[in-house]
Amino acid sequence: MTVAIHVDHLTRKFNDLVAVNDISFEIEQGEIFGLLGPNGAGKTTTLAMLSTMLKPTSGSATVNGMDIEHNEDGVRKSIGIVFQDQSLDEELTAWENMDFHGRLYRIPGDIRNQRITELLNLVELENRKDDIVKTFSGGMRRRLEIARGLLHRPAVLFLDEPTLGLDPQTRNHLWQYIATLNKEHGITIILTTHYMEEADRLCNRIAIIDHGKIIALDTPVNLKNGMGGDVVTLKSSDPSAIVAALNEPWVSRIEQHDGQVIISLKNAEQHVGTIVTLLNRDKIAIESILIHKPTLEDVFLSFTGKTIREEEADGKANMRMYQKMMRR
Amino acid sequence: MDIIYTIWLRNMKRYIRSKSRIIGSVSMPLFFLLFLGFGLNSVVQIPGMDENYIVFLIPGMIAMSVLFTSVFSGIQIIWDKQFGFLKETLVAPVSRLEIMLGQTAGGATTAFIQGVIILVISLFIGLNSQSITGFLIAFGFMALIGIAFTAFGIAIASRMDDMTGFQLIMNFVVFPIFGLSGALFPISSLPPAIVPITLLDPLTYGVEGIRYGLTGVSQINPLVCLAVLGGFTIAITIIGAYLFRTIKS
Repeated sequence: MTVAIHVDHLTRKFNDLVAVNDISFEIEQGEIFGLLGPNGAGKTTTLAMLSTMLKPTSGSATVNGMDIEHNEDGVRKSIGIVFQDQSLDEELTAWENMDFHGRLYRIPGDIRNQRITELLNLVELENRKDDIVKTFSGGMRRRLEIARGLLHRPAVLFLDEPTLGLDPQTRNHLWQYIATLNKEHGITIILTTHYMEEADRLCNRIAIIDHGKIIALDTPVNLKNGMGGDVVTLKSSDPSAIVAALNEPWVSRIEQHDGQVIISLKNAEQHVGTIVTLLNRDKIAIESILIHKPTLEDVFLSFTGKTIREEEADGKANMRMYQKMMRR
Repeated sequence: MDIIYTIWLRNMKRYIRSKSRIIGSVSMPLFFLLFLGFGLNSVVQIPGMDENYIVFLIPGMIAMSVLFTSVFSGIQIIWDKQFGFLKETLVAPVSRLEIMLGQTAGGATTAFIQGVIILVISLFIGLNSQSITGFLIAFGFMALIGIAFTAFGIAIASRMDDMTGFQLIMNFVVFPIFGLSGALFPISSLPPAIVPITLLDPLTYGVEGIRYGLTGVSQINPLVCLAVLGGFTIAITIIGAYLFRTIKS
């Protein structure tokens, strides 16, 4: 296997704020790699550094074997990017946006036209090619941006929150595109997301990133298996009492969070009866009880002690600060 | 060259599609020309000039049209920043210098076309020039004003985050440049204390150059105009390119 992206102790500071804190990882060619974390965790800053838009404070990285600091143009030629915020010219048509990109990447005219037609077909926008982008829906714009990012045949495609703000149907559709691109065209994809479901469904491997650090990195299956089989979530008015009452050897992990008790264990269906009996004996009222296979949400919670939504509330303030500083 | 052309082409496409902008930026110099020109024609006599006031005013209005359009075209980079499109160009494997020069070429071309529109209209309201050389001289100065002030706009845009400062720039920079340029009155009629300030204004040399081309009369030697405006254009393009080099998306 060849390495597509190699990241070595990469750090980025904005004044006192450490947006990306000493991260290291490797992405192999042909992988779909996900950076999962709340807004403001440092995902976009990481992508900005890997795409040469931002200089690292320290550490280094290579993309397709080229150093991000010393061979900017080489890196830029070999990657395609779909930014988190739209970056199309709304006054131009779909075709013209593609054509502009093709010319910027110096693709000769005949090849350019042929590829634009192919890609617009791929993202099903061929029949709208001469319409001004202003008239496009959010999903259409995203598809056009993905098509544009592929025009110069990049070896690695960066997708920054590719389905942010899209309706569920369009999101499903886009996931299929991304999976197809990876499978049929062999493109390495690195995507950032704060949707658990998206990371779970698309990615071969996931790095969970929080406060600028990678706190876990593995395949989605391994991450979930690491939780120890099943998860039982109990709701109660006295969660601390539950934690005290369930001090049993078959409980591999028990956490209390936001009025809920989350218990990781093997073979939950065999133990749920015991749980109820134990709690009844101690006269602890149970509001609800839920047994499920662990999700990435549980994984995130167990690593950070918070749900991604709570992290987001914290992260947003930070993110606004980054954005301000990045403009400086 | 191909990258500069690509960015120029995008500017042209956007320009041709923005009918309201074309009409909007022609209308102001046109109103000035009609109201000031016809209104003051009978009361104002320009010393040392046989022609009407309106003929004196025409080169000034052409210069004004080019000035406003070009500054605005340069500052438009802020829109590209806000709408995210700038990122698309900045992340491509092209140099910042090529992007800046393409943007300058695009802005200067639109500004030049706006100036030509005013010039053509002027032919119907009193401009009476038969000399092809004269027109070419005027075109040359219009092009220089266009390049210089698009680069000026880009330089400002490279240091601004959003359009909130735009009005400030217009009121405290662009309007004084226009007002001091001798577009509306002859420099020689000003109090002696103010004359040196007008001579510091690069647009003065543009207006005088166009005036020389279209009316055959100017208060500053046209070669001096060419040297000063040409020098300013080169200097401001270098400054604009330097500032644009460090622009953040």
